[in-house]
Amino acid sequence: MTAPSKPGPQTLPRQSATFDRHTIAEINRAAATGIYDIRGGGAKRKLPHFDDLLFLGASISRYPLEGYRERCDTKVTLGGRLAKKPIELKIPVTIAGMSFGALSGQAKEALGRGATLAGTSTTTGDGGMTEEERGHSATLIYQYLPSRYGMNPNDLRRADAIEIVIGQGAKPGGGGMLLGQKISERVAKMRDLPEGIDQRSACRHPDWTGPDDLEIKIEELREITGWQKPIFVKVGASRPYYDIALAVKAGADVVVLDGMQGGTAATQDVFIENVGLPILAAIRPAVQALQDLGMHRKVQLIVSGGIRSGADMAKALAMGADAVAIGTAALIALGDNNPAWEEEYQKLGTTSGAYDDWHEGRDPAGITTQDPALAARLDPIVGGRRLANFLSVMTLEAQAIARACGKSHLHNLEPEDLVALTMEAAAMARIPLAGTDWYPGKAGF
Amino acid sequence: MPHSETVDLASVPLRELHEQLHGLPADTHRTSWQILNPRGRHAVAVGLDAPIRVRVRGHVGYYAAGMNQKAIVTIEGNAGPGVAENMMSGEVRVLGNASMAAGATGRGGLLVVRGDAGARCGISMKGIDIVVRGSVGHMSAFMGQTGNLVVCGDAGEALGDSLYEARLFVRGAVKSLGADCERKEMNEADRATLAALLLRAELSEFDVRDFALYGSARSLYHFHVDNVSSY
Repeated sequence: MTAPSKPGPQTLPRQSATFDRHTIAEINRAAATGIYDIRGGGAKRKLPHFDDLLFLGASISRYPLEGYRERCDTKVTLGGRLAKKPIELKIPVTIAGMSFGALSGQAKEALGRGATLAGTSTTTGDGGMTEEERGHSATLIYQYLPSRYGMNPNDLRRADAIEIVIGQGAKPGGGGMLLGQKISERVAKMRDLPEGIDQRSACRHPDWTGPDDLEIKIEELREITGWQKPIFVKVGASRPYYDIALAVKAGADVVVLDGMQGGTAATQDVFIENVGLPILAAIRPAVQALQDLGMHRKVQLIVSGGIRSGADMAKALAMGADAVAIGTAALIALGDNNPAWEEEYQKLGTTSGAYDDWHEGRDPAGITTQDPALAARLDPIVGGRRLANFLSVMTLEAQAIARACGKSHLHNLEPEDLVALTMEAAAMARIPLAGTDWYPGKAGF
Repeated sequence: MPHSETVDLASVPLRELHEQLHGLPADTHRTSWQILNPRGRHAVAVGLDAPIRVRVRGHVGYYAAGMNQKAIVTIEGNAGPGVAENMMSGEVRVLGNASMAAGATGRGGLLVVRGDAGARCGISMKGIDIVVRGSVGHMSAFMGQTGNLVVCGDAGEALGDSLYEARLFVRGAVKSLGADCERKEMNEADRATLAALLLRAELSEFDVRDFALYGSARSLYHFHVDNVSSY
């Protein structure tokens, strides 16, 4: 900018697109502290997403179903491949794994209450199984993680399914760090660690190293649980075709695919924003792997990472998923980032909608904390009701779309019901660009 | 000596073996079992939860006696990776050698290896006691949280890397210590703990005065930029 030395037109101050205000602030922060930024949540950058897809409602060539009158079923069965007791969910949306430790006991209870009211499942997390969650979740999936915090065979047996976590979308290939301020006496005891220290969650499982070992690990877990429980395998989206194929080959009943918009309790911002795939780009390769193995619909695919609505759910199902999972959206339903706490967010140097320092344990909404006074702000009954309402709305929204597409079950949605608004989305989702029958990579352009 | 019940894995499926063992009540009188022809099978005698004695007559593959509770399992041979992984209580004795990750994430009980143990013995241990008559491989007790690892032979590279509160007793040479692991002074209580473990492991021929104790320097307990070269 040139200083206004004489009257006349002046050059306006211009912010750099490359060195924008956020980038400059980050460089300044890094220069002052010498450490990268750690935060919770998933990728915040703009990514190709379900918003870039639209449904083609029925018209003359397709026949719609009557809203409020004709059935559009939503049930899903998970784990029928090899487990004696597959789980049945009334709706194809589940609650993703979130740990006690990252979340308060009340928040875990609220998730259990809400999911149970809605007829679906919750998932434990990297801290073991709490009584709050087991007691209030009619269907509970027990995560088997690299850290093995709190892992024990009794909880394995009282779970309804077991989810072996290889990775998560926010940080495929990365472990975790729960900072000491959240390691309360109870959290420490559950994890066999001293109170108040920073605790690391490993990025690799301690007793196996590759897909052949995973097959043996699955066999061990099945033998311990009498081949009763469905075995899920969860991966962060990075090489979905191969990872899903290997998980199926290793014997998974269900595969869970988490995109980079999926949240974490705490990881480096640079990791969250720069590693992994948006979920939109990961679904079709995963479905392709299942189809190539003859396992589509036999091994169920659950996708997660940025699912916010019934429309997102319907689009994921249309692309071939059997169910979706929500994490961040569920926390928001409980009250996370609610504008009602704006004054307190301001005191923390942030604002509602942007609060992501979940690792610091000072959550005004009382969800991502172990502080008893803050945690007490969340009434698990009220929170559970709110979550159940949200799940109900998601389901109603997806049904409304599915009926408009002429589908009597959400699983009857198909790629042919979708078009893409952008070239990027068309390429990633392998869905034709709107107004054409072509997507990048398909011959005939 | 009670009558020993026999399951021959040459003819009985593994699933059937576990159905029998998992179905035993806590006060069972069927307390003595032997398993024939394991032939390197994986996941043999896993998830036991009764006060029984099981002798496995041969070599086993991965995860033998995994997640054991209450039972005393003796493996008359070598064990593959992850023997007694995540053990909660009871005892597992390997009369031969054990592969990598022996006793991984164990939360209780006693694992005895009469031969050597491979890499990452006691990785992420959470309360288990492990006694190895021979030597252990590299990265043993990596991220060990609680419990005791006793090595009557030598320890490989990076012993006790990123250690929490697990205690490591080594009689022989330590090739190198991992990040945040340091030698500690042994006091009377430590010597008593070690002596008791050697006694339980039936290795009282070793003199506690010949062992050195290693533990966490606790300098990495709180993430700090000054320690970044250690991470």
